[in-house]
Amino acid sequence: MSIEFFLPLLAAAVQSGTPVLYATLGEIFTEKSGVLNLGVEGIMMIGALAAFVTTMLSGSPILGFLVGGCAGAVLSGIHGLVCLVFQGNQVVSGLALTIFGVGLADYLGTPYIGQAAPGFNPLPVPILSKIPFLGSVFFNHDSLVYISYIIPMLMWLFFRYTRWGLGLRAVGEYPPAAIAGGLRVISYRWVGILVGGCLVGFGGAYLSLAYTHLWTNGLSAGRGWIAVALVIFAFWDPMRAMVGAYLFGGVMAFQLRLQAAGTHVPSSLLLMLPYALTVMVLVFSSWKGQGTEAPAALGVNIEPPD
Amino acid sequence: MLRFKIRKRQEPLVWSSCLILFGALVLSIALSAVMLALQGKPPLDAMVLLFKGAFGSRWAVQDCLIKAVPIFLCSLGVAIAFRLQIWNIGAEGQYALGAIGATWVALQLPDQPWFVVLPTMLAMSFIAGGFWGFIPAILKLRMRANEIIVTLMFNYLAILFLDFLVYGPWKDPISFGFPMTREFSASAIVGKIGNTELNWGILLCILSGIAIGVFFRYTRIGYELKASGENIRAARYAGLPYDRLVILAMVLSGALAGWAGFLEASATINRLQPSIIVGYGYTAIVVAWLARLNPLYIGIASFLLAGFRVGLENLQLDLQVPAAFGGIMEGLILLTVLMGSFFIDHRIELRKKL
Repeated sequence: MSIEFFLPLLAAAVQSGTPVLYATLGEIFTEKSGVLNLGVEGIMMIGALAAFVTTMLSGSPILGFLVGGCAGAVLSGIHGLVCLVFQGNQVVSGLALTIFGVGLADYLGTPYIGQAAPGFNPLPVPILSKIPFLGSVFFNHDSLVYISYIIPMLMWLFFRYTRWGLGLRAVGEYPPAAIAGGLRVISYRWVGILVGGCLVGFGGAYLSLAYTHLWTNGLSAGRGWIAVALVIFAFWDPMRAMVGAYLFGGVMAFQLRLQAAGTHVPSSLLLMLPYALTVMVLVFSSWKGQGTEAPAALGVNIEPPD
Repeated sequence: MLRFKIRKRQEPLVWSSCLILFGALVLSIALSAVMLALQGKPPLDAMVLLFKGAFGSRWAVQDCLIKAVPIFLCSLGVAIAFRLQIWNIGAEGQYALGAIGATWVALQLPDQPWFVVLPTMLAMSFIAGGFWGFIPAILKLRMRANEIIVTLMFNYLAILFLDFLVYGPWKDPISFGFPMTREFSASAIVGKIGNTELNWGILLCILSGIAIGVFFRYTRIGYELKASGENIRAARYAGLPYDRLVILAMVLSGALAGWAGFLEASATINRLQPSIIVGYGYTAIVVAWLARLNPLYIGIASFLLAGFRVGLENLQLDLQVPAAFGGIMEGLILLTVLMGSFFIDHRIELRKKL
């Protein structure tokens, strides 16, 4: 295999990894606050649809991207309502949200199937894109990819060095201590859910605005679930999430290229690759990990005080 | 000004849980009607059409029963795993693998009599579905891999494998390029009951439902399973064989979904084709939660949700409502039921602010 094959493949890996990266970062943010949101797949679809329709109507992809994020936050707000207000089971609520979100996006998106919208186009970074190898892999993309390089660092700084970040982690680790420390735990969890949902919505928006530029049913094709798995792979570390997302982007891009090249391997077997890799990566990282990386109170509701 | 305060009930409300369930259903149907109105469809007419199409005639009810069979079996399986707090989201894939196992037997034994073929298909779909539940169980126990994600990925893998088979090695040479196996021979088809359209799969449902009910109520392992589900740590201290229980629950869970796949391939479609995958495995999760994991209630809830599917087919034909509307309804039902359950063990007190 030559460099002519590899360079575009690596660049494509970064591009197709970006929507998964946004979704993974969003889920990390939510899980850090102790809330497990399995609605990622549905939230991504709604984000993708909202962004697509907004862009089609307004002609502005930037507005579309922002609306995609807002739609993600609104939908994940339902999860907040069920789990934070009504003390519902987080696993089941997330599943319900996925069933609902995927259905709603397919339902509302039916009139738009096959239509195209203006989206984001590559915007090489002036000097950086001239760096041999790295330039064409990392700095020859659309602006949303560059934003996704910055978010993990911001999240890392937020969790490590800010009051609110530490508070959010405390709520995810040991709510009784957070309550005793005077933190408004439910408010923190709301922030975790809404900000996380917004990032997941951005991931969906990336799919329809920069990755495909058109609308089809089932656009996210399991990427939301892969993101949930990558959170575990990343040990809840935003920087490690980048590695995982690009690994997946690489497999997806590789599999698409093989199909385009017309191999004799049936496409259904090639399409298995990302899912099989998810299982392998998940099993390997769970086995290697200590089993203590997850926020300790993940998935446990906070009972209202009597 | 009124203020309210939430208090935990000393005794959970029993009498009103039916009322809450009913209220949640009504609310989710009303919200679904709003969704229809958003798309410019007449909401009231549509809901009348939905219910008439589902429960309005003898034929409709029969259709509901046929669709309730796979949903019931998948849901019964899901409920076993959920009892143990193991989140098996993989009924869809286990169903697909059961259908594949049954089809393999049907294609291998075209000339054998039914009393050889059908029991072999039953056994093979049990093994295939059970196997697809066994691997996630082992990965969970040995490698701590999260079963939610593994079973979900296994759904995608099983469905793609089914696609591979019907587009490739198992494709009927005279199907004019359609992805499907050849039609099963008569001995590989589960028969119809009398002169109805119902098949004997219903009997399998009733028997498995009773067996699972008895298993949980009267057997030692069933009791251990329930106890472990309520408190894993306490169960381990009490020396219950937690690992073996997890494996048992996941294998049974997958095997029941596998049977659903077998019945759907054999009795309903008479062959294997991609259209066998219609999301019964996900509906099963809604049903299981709606029925609070009780086998009898699962029967009622699967009939109800099968009814929504049948009614939705009418909406598709008459009002061009996309099939995805079913997902909206099921998602809303589950969400409203989750919210409603809050009132079973909490109450809200209204007080005047001083």
